[in-house]
Amino acid sequence: MPEDDEDQSPPSDLRSQPPCSPNKSRNCISSSSSQTFPDHVLENVLENVLQFLDSRCDRNAASLVCKLWWKVEGLTRSEVFIGNCYALSPARLTQRFKRVRSLLLKGKPRFADFNLMPPDWGANFAPWVSTMAKAYPWLEKVDLKRMFVTDDDLALLAESFPGFKELVLVCCEGFGTSGIAVVANKCRKLKVLDLIESEVTDDEVDWVSCFPEDVTCLESLAFDCVEAPINFKALEGLVGRSPSLRKLRLNRFVSLEELRRLLLLGAPQLTSLGTGSFSRGDQSDEQGPPDYAAAFRACKSVVCLSGFRELMPEYLPAILPVCANLTSLNFSYANISPDMFKPIIHSCHKLQIFWALDSICDEGLQAVAATCKELRELRIFPFDPREDSEGPVSELGLQAISEGCRKLESLLYFCQRMTNAALIAMSHNCPELTVFRLCIMGRHRPDHVTGKAMDEGFGAIVKNCKKLTRLAVSGLLTDQAFRYMGEYGKLIRTLSVAFAGDSDMALRHVLEGCPRLQKLEIRDSPFGDVALRSGMHRYYNMRFVWMSACSLSMGCCKDVARAMPNLVVEVIGSDDDDENREFVDTLYMYRSLDGPRKDAPQFVTIL
Amino acid sequence: MDEFVNLKATELRLGLPGTNNVCEERVSCNSNNNKRALQADAENETETSPPRKTQIVGWPPVRSYRKNNVQTKKNESDGESQGIYVKVSMDGAPYLRKIDLSCYKGYSDLLKALELMFEFSVGEYSERDGYKGSDFVPTYEDKDGDWMLIGDVPWEMFECNCKRLRIMKGSEAKCLGSGV
Repeated sequence: MPEDDEDQSPPSDLRSQPPCSPNKSRNCISSSSSQTFPDHVLENVLENVLQFLDSRCDRNAASLVCKLWWKVEGLTRSEVFIGNCYALSPARLTQRFKRVRSLLLKGKPRFADFNLMPPDWGANFAPWVSTMAKAYPWLEKVDLKRMFVTDDDLALLAESFPGFKELVLVCCEGFGTSGIAVVANKCRKLKVLDLIESEVTDDEVDWVSCFPEDVTCLESLAFDCVEAPINFKALEGLVGRSPSLRKLRLNRFVSLEELRRLLLLGAPQLTSLGTGSFSRGDQSDEQGPPDYAAAFRACKSVVCLSGFRELMPEYLPAILPVCANLTSLNFSYANISPDMFKPIIHSCHKLQIFWALDSICDEGLQAVAATCKELRELRIFPFDPREDSEGPVSELGLQAISEGCRKLESLLYFCQRMTNAALIAMSHNCPELTVFRLCIMGRHRPDHVTGKAMDEGFGAIVKNCKKLTRLAVSGLLTDQAFRYMGEYGKLIRTLSVAFAGDSDMALRHVLEGCPRLQKLEIRDSPFGDVALRSGMHRYYNMRFVWMSACSLSMGCCKDVARAMPNLVVEVIGSDDDDENREFVDTLYMYRSLDGPRKDAPQFVTIL
Repeated sequence: MDEFVNLKATELRLGLPGTNNVCEERVSCNSNNNKRALQADAENETETSPPRKTQIVGWPPVRSYRKNNVQTKKNESDGESQGIYVKVSMDGAPYLRKIDLSCYKGYSDLLKALELMFEFSVGEYSERDGYKGSDFVPTYEDKDGDWMLIGDVPWEMFECNCKRLRIMKGSEAKCLGSGV
């Protein structure tokens, strides 16, 4: 399942000038005057100690102690996280960190997923891979999210890093099966190849056959998003010679029958299974339907189940043998009715992560609440994602979940009707909530029972869920809701707002409150220049701010850009370059150590 | 007078003779819909009913990957089309796109959208001579696996038979583009 956009530490401090305060030099060896121990001895000692530091939060803190610690930390950091690829240049990365083995890099802002930004905006992997090819020959792991990756980039990666082990591409695009083929073929130590919710073009290349013919190191292979047929025979061969394979996520071009054959090959070792289409071709049953349940009975270690891309509901009961062990279940691509669903969920006592479509209805959610007492994460997606569609789930389902699943930490819920009462109940029943994302699909919808705005409901969430770090709001909201957010949202790092608020005051409440705010994304809300200016004291401490279809003037954006030289202020226009346009279409601004990027397309103006 | 007659003959018109393709399809994702809707809604703040039925870009916030891949209602006479998604490639372009043919009302709609998407222009179409005046020729692969010129068959037939689109360039294009 795609990684969530959460990172637990303050921003990585990649300033090229290490901070050095003379007052702190008591424990620090200065490089100039006479010293008791030579620099390099202390460096060695420090290196041996610092290499045990894993968390980037700790490492960032350590690097601030003094020059020496800054330098040694830079030598020993092997995992680097970059939350915004434009916050710094690849050259800066390789200058500061010399021995990187693993890179996690994020590109486009999340609202780009919803077509709010034209394609070709940027976030190209190319400059990163070409710089790292020279600097990090021992690179082992690359994890990208919302980046533009080409086949050439993948080829360069495959050729440049002989020890390469893990490639994870989440919500990426720009490459095809030919790029995958090169990675499969040349990365002989490959353990992980995970393509998750990415756009992969069908170049009609048989990439599965490109894996080397001897025993592989593969531990995880996820290609459920690849919209291209695969060579099943080659896949069978691959699974047969991959004794370490634990995670396998098939795409919808693998039928139920083929799945059954694969499970007979390697089921006992698998811990995570993506079931492909879960439907059969047009085969006639000579001796009645095959026993798919037997194949699942062999899956003794499977704890994570997904797929069901073209589910034939009559075969769903085949998964019953694994239900009791499941900690994670993803039905979010399958249109499952409550009647089909209830017998299945009834056995899933250990479930912690559950994703589904709203086709399971409030009734299905009540069944989840009754059985899944260990539930930590729930995501309900709309089968019919339109504003005026029928809403099969409502406050009833949410209320049931809040009463049954007290350990809930993360929620994403699409619905058409909601009440403040249900949110208030959840805020009391689920104190462990860290992520609360509610999407009432009809814009500006109030509480459908009382007719009031949803202010009190969201207010209760921010007030009572003291661990809340991520919030997405919807429905009819006045400035009052934002007053609550600013006052009580002490730990909120990510905030998503759409079609909400009455005036600048709303955004001001948030920018003047919410001390930990890092990522702010707003669309279609009446916030203007006054609000934008009110946050200038904090934009350097944030990863980014996105505001589209609001009431910002070009003049104000220019003022902000002028006042804050280390902030890159991008104004993204639309096709008609109307000089008389009153408001800026889209503002996307982020701090950067290396100034404005050089690869901005025509429709982006950097102020 | 003759001048005007000739102009009409060379006018770019596609689709069935006699039809008047005037529909604008929203291809650019930064449409003004957002802003206009917002301003209207500001006035209707106190209304409790949903303000409008037109679909807003990117709302509800479901990724297009998910929208495109959710299983359609099988074995149910729902009748509602889930869209006719076909891949579009252009010779020389680095990656493919996917479009929903059911979004377009006819050929001129579709071609306009393709021109915008890939930044090229398609030349003038005539039944006899195909596309003239451009290096690019829009073609499609039909259910039989043959590559056909876009515009040769009635739109509805095209919608049913089209498997994918390819905007050809250069010599290959010339062969196909200059008629049967």
